[in-house]
Amino acid sequence: MAWISKWGDWLEERLGWRAVQELIEHKDVPQHRYSIWYYFGGMTLFLFAVQVCTGIMLLLYYRPSAETAFESVQFIMTEVQFGWLIRSIHSWSANLMIAAAFVHMFSAMFLRSFRRPRELTWVSGAVLLFLSLAFGFSGYLLPWNKLAFFATKVGTDIAGVVPVVGSFMVRFLRGGDEVTGATLTRFFGFHVAILPAVTTVILGAHLYLVQKHGMSTPPSVDAARTPRMKFVPDFLLRDLVGWLAAITLLAVLAAIFPWELGEKADAFAPAPAGIKPEWYFVFMFQTLKYIPSRILGIDGEILGILFFGILGLLLLITPFVSPSERPAGRRGLLPVVGILVIVYIAILSAMAYRT
Amino acid sequence: MWQHFLLLMLIGAASQQAAAGPVENTCLRCHQQLDDSAQSPAKLSRQDIHFQKGLSCQSCHGGDPTLGIETGDQADSMSPRKGFVGRPARKQIAALCARCHSNPDFMRKYNPQARVDQYSEYLTSVHGKRNQAGDANVATCVDCHGTHGILAVSNPTSPVYATNVASTCGRCHADARRMAPYQIPTNQMEEYLKSVHGETLVKNRDLSAPTCNDCHGNHGATPPGVDSVANVCGQCHASQWDLFAQSPHKAAFAAQGLPACVTCHENHLILRTSDSMLGTEEPAKCPLCHDTGSAGYAAARQMKAGILELHEKLGAAQDVLDRAARAGMEVSGPIYRLAEGRDRLVRARVEVHRFNPAALQKIVAEGDSIAAASEQSGWKALADLAYRRKGMAVSAVILLFMIGLLLLKIRQLNRAS
Repeated sequence: MAWISKWGDWLEERLGWRAVQELIEHKDVPQHRYSIWYYFGGMTLFLFAVQVCTGIMLLLYYRPSAETAFESVQFIMTEVQFGWLIRSIHSWSANLMIAAAFVHMFSAMFLRSFRRPRELTWVSGAVLLFLSLAFGFSGYLLPWNKLAFFATKVGTDIAGVVPVVGSFMVRFLRGGDEVTGATLTRFFGFHVAILPAVTTVILGAHLYLVQKHGMSTPPSVDAARTPRMKFVPDFLLRDLVGWLAAITLLAVLAAIFPWELGEKADAFAPAPAGIKPEWYFVFMFQTLKYIPSRILGIDGEILGILFFGILGLLLLITPFVSPSERPAGRRGLLPVVGILVIVYIAILSAMAYRT
Repeated sequence: MWQHFLLLMLIGAASQQAAAGPVENTCLRCHQQLDDSAQSPAKLSRQDIHFQKGLSCQSCHGGDPTLGIETGDQADSMSPRKGFVGRPARKQIAALCARCHSNPDFMRKYNPQARVDQYSEYLTSVHGKRNQAGDANVATCVDCHGTHGILAVSNPTSPVYATNVASTCGRCHADARRMAPYQIPTNQMEEYLKSVHGETLVKNRDLSAPTCNDCHGNHGATPPGVDSVANVCGQCHASQWDLFAQSPHKAAFAAQGLPACVTCHENHLILRTSDSMLGTEEPAKCPLCHDTGSAGYAAARQMKAGILELHEKLGAAQDVLDRAARAGMEVSGPIYRLAEGRDRLVRARVEVHRFNPAALQKIVAEGDSIAAASEQSGWKALADLAYRRKGMAVSAVILLFMIGLLLLKIRQLNRAS
């Protein structure tokens, strides 16, 4: 085995890789009753990796234009060997990834993992969540089917309500006044170039910060007396169990519930009944439906968008508006707000799917 | 001569009135104060298209409604010296309306595309001929369009709006007592309302379906003769008529004095067609003329069999594709192609009117081949689905096995630590 050691030395001289090895050897994870929530970060990352791999494979056949997009996805699903599997896994995995990201975000919120010095870890995580939603919104249009076409029309219409910059935003998103082939090309650009580039940087920063500060121990747990688990192999093996379970679930979903393609988009066709965005936008969509047209003389839709804008901003700056330290036994307002938000999302989404 | 003079006066009065707009009108003032039917001209005139266009009572009745306001004497406004004609005789009504409606220069001012041949058509109609012969019982303009309160034809509440035409005609033609002197049936409206045309137009409000005047003409209304029936139907059913004209039936029907389309499809009671009309078994029409064992009988049987076969094959293909689609398989391509097969079925049903089994079979064969290809695609999709599920089951077992191994390893590590 001398040759391995020799090559190791050669690489060490050039890359300094033993620092990474050392980091892996020393990295550990606190073990307490809330440890289960740590796995959702890794799960989100794993599903993102699935998205990247399946997305690259889809890129081999996908053609981003109004004339060819639908047909190319149809081709992928019917003619390309295992194309149906890749496309279904890409679609299902996108949804599971966003679900995992939400769970990760709420668990970090309830466990107050954003406390000093992890404020920027939280901020980068929140930005990653917004980026995931942007991935979902831009990817939804790419098959160029009827439902996605009209959902994008409604979605981008909402952006137009924003005062001052609304009409610019609509034109920027659509690449014109209407949803057309130009919108598809633009969304494709967002989905495969701009968003991945930004995500890579922010994800890199997020992972770096997680390594730098280590896993946060919840305030209710005594960090000094908490046993710690080695990241490699103990925690990683458990992560692997979760990832294999996720792959199994994706395979089952793809085989039993293949992701539908629907009908090709037609700008002149009437909008299909019951247009709904993806499930993670439904609560916002439903709120805008219920909000009165005018509240205190102000356009209800503008107020709705303002409300969600403020909510998003509050989410982003949570570490800076929620006190880092609390007296023992005091939970503060944040868990109540978090639960209220979850209940609100659940009720509004249920109402949307019931109708 | 005096009639021409009066006509010119009335046209002049109508034009002046139209140009001047509404003025104080003694006709309306008095008629508003009268009872019942005498009041209706004043009441109805508010919605009358002529009033809305600026015409008034004197445009039809003559006289001068601006007179008699100060004196309060109706004789001033209703003076024959002022051209007052009062209530026109039924024989005169069409000519009275025609003063304006047959005058292109006058009508152009209101509607450049307005027809001006209604009167001349009316004179060729059964109604017009009898009217001119002094029969006061037959319809003239006011019987269909109304007298006072005449609405534009495009107004959905007008008695001559497409959906109302059948009941307007039926007011007289479904009245057995009124029709008794003419010895004509009175069930046309009842039959029409049961027909596919009546159902489509009157019930479903689909204006593309015909009503009485589309086949009989409106102002020149007359029953189409045996020779012209197909021309009437062919106005809309052009392909069927074209094929029928090439068929052996055309000459045969003509020789026997049978009306073309009506012989199989009826006239007013034209029911929705179905494949059961074709063939040799009840309620098929073919055996009514073609005896068992004849060439026509065999041809009917052959054509029916071809169409039924295609219908069944398309249905079977659709079932398989629906099953695949419900299971989430992507089969929109074959479903789209199957629509072409259904198009062949429609074409085959039209082709029946050529009464040529060989020509029909060619179209049926095209449809059969599309149906077979679509069904095959459906079965392939279902086979793929089964393959995927098997693959999924095998993968899941392997993955679960790997999870089991990992859990064992974790347990081993836990014990070691």
